[in-house]
Amino acid sequence: MTEDALQAKLENIGRLRRDGGSLRDYHAPRWDEPLIMEQSVPGERGIKVSQPEPGIVDEVGDPLSLIPEGSRREGLPDLPELSQYQVMRHYLRLSQETLGMDFGSDISEGTCTMKYSPKMHEEMVRYHKASDVHPWQDEETMQGLLEIVYETGEYLKSISGMDAISLQPGGGSHAVFTNACVMRKYFEEKGELDQRNEVIATIFSHPCDAATPKVAGFKVVTVMPDENGYPDLKAFKAAVSEKTVGCSITNPEDTGIYNPQIDKYVEILHDAGALAFTDQANANGILGIARARDAGFDACHFNLHKTFSSPHGCEGPATGAYLCSEELAPFLPVPVVTKAGDGGYHLDFERPRSIGRVRGFLGTWLGVIRAYAWIRSMGPDGLREVAEISVLNNNYMDRLLMGIRGVSRPYAEGHRRLDQVRYSLQTMKEETGVGCEDVHDRMVDFGIQSFWLSHHPWVVPEPFTPEPCETYSKADLDEWAAVIKKISDEAYSDPDFVKSAPHSSSATRLKRLEALEDPDQWAFTWRAYKRKVLGDTA
Amino acid sequence: MADTSFIHPYIPNSIPATKEAMLRELGMDSVEEIYAEIPERLRFRGRLDIPAPIVAERDLKRHVKGLLDRNTSCEDNLNFLGAGCWQHHVPSVVDEIINRAEFVSAYCGGNYSDLGKYQVRFEFNSQLAELLDLDGVANPIYDWGDVAGRSFRMAKRITGRSRVLVPGTMSPMRLAQARTLCQPEVMPTHIKIELVDYDQDSGRMDLADLRARMSDDVAAVYWENPGYLGFIETEGAQIAQVAHAGGALAIAGVDPITLGVLTPPGSLGADIAVGDVQPLGVHMHAGGGTSGFIAFRDDDPVFAQECPLELYTLLETETPGQYGVAEAMMERTSYGSRDEGKDWVGTASGLWTIAAAVYMSLMGPQGFREVGESCIARSHYAANRLSALPGLKVLFTPAFFKEFVVNFDGTGKTVSQVNKGLLEHSIFGGKDLSAEFPELGESAMYCVTEYHSQADVIRLESALKEVLS
Repeated sequence: MTEDALQAKLENIGRLRRDGGSLRDYHAPRWDEPLIMEQSVPGERGIKVSQPEPGIVDEVGDPLSLIPEGSRREGLPDLPELSQYQVMRHYLRLSQETLGMDFGSDISEGTCTMKYSPKMHEEMVRYHKASDVHPWQDEETMQGLLEIVYETGEYLKSISGMDAISLQPGGGSHAVFTNACVMRKYFEEKGELDQRNEVIATIFSHPCDAATPKVAGFKVVTVMPDENGYPDLKAFKAAVSEKTVGCSITNPEDTGIYNPQIDKYVEILHDAGALAFTDQANANGILGIARARDAGFDACHFNLHKTFSSPHGCEGPATGAYLCSEELAPFLPVPVVTKAGDGGYHLDFERPRSIGRVRGFLGTWLGVIRAYAWIRSMGPDGLREVAEISVLNNNYMDRLLMGIRGVSRPYAEGHRRLDQVRYSLQTMKEETGVGCEDVHDRMVDFGIQSFWLSHHPWVVPEPFTPEPCETYSKADLDEWAAVIKKISDEAYSDPDFVKSAPHSSSATRLKRLEALEDPDQWAFTWRAYKRKVLGDTA
Repeated sequence: MADTSFIHPYIPNSIPATKEAMLRELGMDSVEEIYAEIPERLRFRGRLDIPAPIVAERDLKRHVKGLLDRNTSCEDNLNFLGAGCWQHHVPSVVDEIINRAEFVSAYCGGNYSDLGKYQVRFEFNSQLAELLDLDGVANPIYDWGDVAGRSFRMAKRITGRSRVLVPGTMSPMRLAQARTLCQPEVMPTHIKIELVDYDQDSGRMDLADLRARMSDDVAAVYWENPGYLGFIETEGAQIAQVAHAGGALAIAGVDPITLGVLTPPGSLGADIAVGDVQPLGVHMHAGGGTSGFIAFRDDDPVFAQECPLELYTLLETETPGQYGVAEAMMERTSYGSRDEGKDWVGTASGLWTIAAAVYMSLMGPQGFREVGESCIARSHYAANRLSALPGLKVLFTPAFFKEFVVNFDGTGKTVSQVNKGLLEHSIFGGKDLSAEFPELGESAMYCVTEYHSQADVIRLESALKEVLS
């Protein structure tokens, strides 16, 4: 596409749908819904509780009298009192004031891989043979679940090239923490923990890559990018020493740039006797294309709620899949799901070299059921198609975005990004005063989720990070780019209009933001708000 | 006839015509031109060892449902397992709300686009605060064991001390999670967790042993109410006093469904309370329904400042009378400051806090009173019936909420044998404690809630008679 054709296309899509463009004349639901605590009517009931039968009452008497003095609550908790319809309607209205991925376009949420979560999977996780199972039931009574967990583990092993897996971590960051504990145990056994106490992370990897090794007790050394956006190899080499435990790095990083020398980094670590872990929360662009083990990594993880289709549920429940080499397998958290010679599945708790527990019970298997169904719906070719279309979508949208005034793409000029891109609005900010946070707030006026900027610290100035995974159609990509195009035009013609956004969302601009840092004003609960802000002394 | 090309219903741009049009606009012949960024030596050229796809939804559903049908659920069987994951009634309205596509499919959207989600979070925090009698509630994370460990780390940061005293009856699973977070002894930043003796008759913390263990290196004393073994810990106020007298924090671990009838931790002097959201309207999901909360005093900002989880505050907007919600002190978290933040935050259990918000609103004060009364009445009734069976003895009898320990030593049978026998009667017997607490002999912990009818208890009693005969 020529530059002229590109500009013509952007002009075309940057108009309202009724004028032949891609933009929606959208307004978010605005219910003006009071807090549930403000709607209470004393005496109303939302639900009645099953009361003990007369035979029970006759035998045990007043249950409150069975509670020892001093342990019985005085008075009742000050909870709202509403009838059932009023409670339901309140929360339904609040659901409408939430722009879930099923409605908006979560291309915006880069690094999160917001893909379609098939509805059939939801039916399965809500089926009572999944949802109403107790974790301590006899293994014989949960063979179906155990098989799903075991087989999903086998698939993920193949996708990563690793030898062993735990599906216990309760999220991606939790899996990265699990890795820090595994590395800790590995060197504890070797008696090297008094010598080795440093983990290397890179600035473009997720904050958990730095934060969780710290919780495990390590010092964290963060490597900054070189002029091409790759973790600086010289700095990396300099950071590795006999004190190094391992690394917690990503490829591609948040920039979407694939690091072609990743195996060199691994080699440097191995030469120093350290371990190499890669955070694969964003594996969508490399499914069936490249594998962590093939680059020499000792361990990696996946987020089943990103790459493997589990919905995000307003930030969970989530499942982190932690995978490692044969050498690290003895350290996996308990329990581990195993398959016996007779075809039966078991929970193995007897693992003396294990790091112990990271999560209670067995893990968050809702995500595993969905990942299983999703992988089975894809097969090996389908997974590869997912990767190919996600990188194609990303490059297609990149072409559109790079034609928009004020948008730039730092680093690695001439190199294509894989699944996502970190852009900058620094030029727009300098030329109009409109920065990424202003655009972020304006986007929602078009029925599009606010874009993800960057984790902190911002290395790229005025950043934003879209990720148009395989879920989105060409029309969806055009629409997303059209929104940025439209806001760019506004920024250059009427910056105050952008800066006063949102204009058609569920609420107008927040105020009293100083409360976010002020102990006398912050109010994490209604009782605190009444006391601190409303001056209620009762 | 069969279409062998792979046009996947979840991948619109897999249509060849669209793919070609997009490639053409990029001036490419193939996606391989993008993948040229990956050197050949790092390319995977094999075929993933994954079965061929089941392409039709009907077939896939039949397959997955077929696997799940090999499970027996707690709807199929009568269940008496608890031990941190409890079967309570889940109101239909709760499922209606948390199955809304808006909530199921939302992630970390902005303050304006996701106003509703943030308002629910604030309402969850506000209602839980009333149950706990504490002013500060953070956004929950993985589960109770995780937040117990994090509260110990909080206590260390606040007091600068590195020893934590916990009850000898603490859930071994939660203890194991806390130990992972508190690091092995070989680490210089290790927090030492010590078990305090418990009274053999009541299960309560031995205050004399607690006092003996107190010293100026104790960061916190932690207790659980109800205790893991089901009993009501009546010494909470005393434990808090001992902790405070020694310059340590008082941390309570609580089951929030008890708080319509049991004294809340805030009233007992707890500085921090932790626990699990699961009993408040979340299905068990084989343990995946758990979600851990941290609540704290807010009369001293240090508790909020050292809390590792996200905190949301209520604000107003430019429209009079309109509320908004935003995250406070973001710099404090790992999202704000990476390894310089407090522990870490990440995707964990957001949907379950929505379930709990709806649950608390439906129940209201009377509902919490009723569910507490019902659990106590039904569990005591069950304990009475079981203790009348020959050879059975109920331990820690003075007072419990919904769980009680049954000792089978007098029957000559192990818990494992009893439970296998009960399974024949389509009953899941109590949690086997013989490995976790060998000093209790062959004992099992039974959980009886408002979910269980009198007939259910009688059915258990009859089945036990047969199994033990």
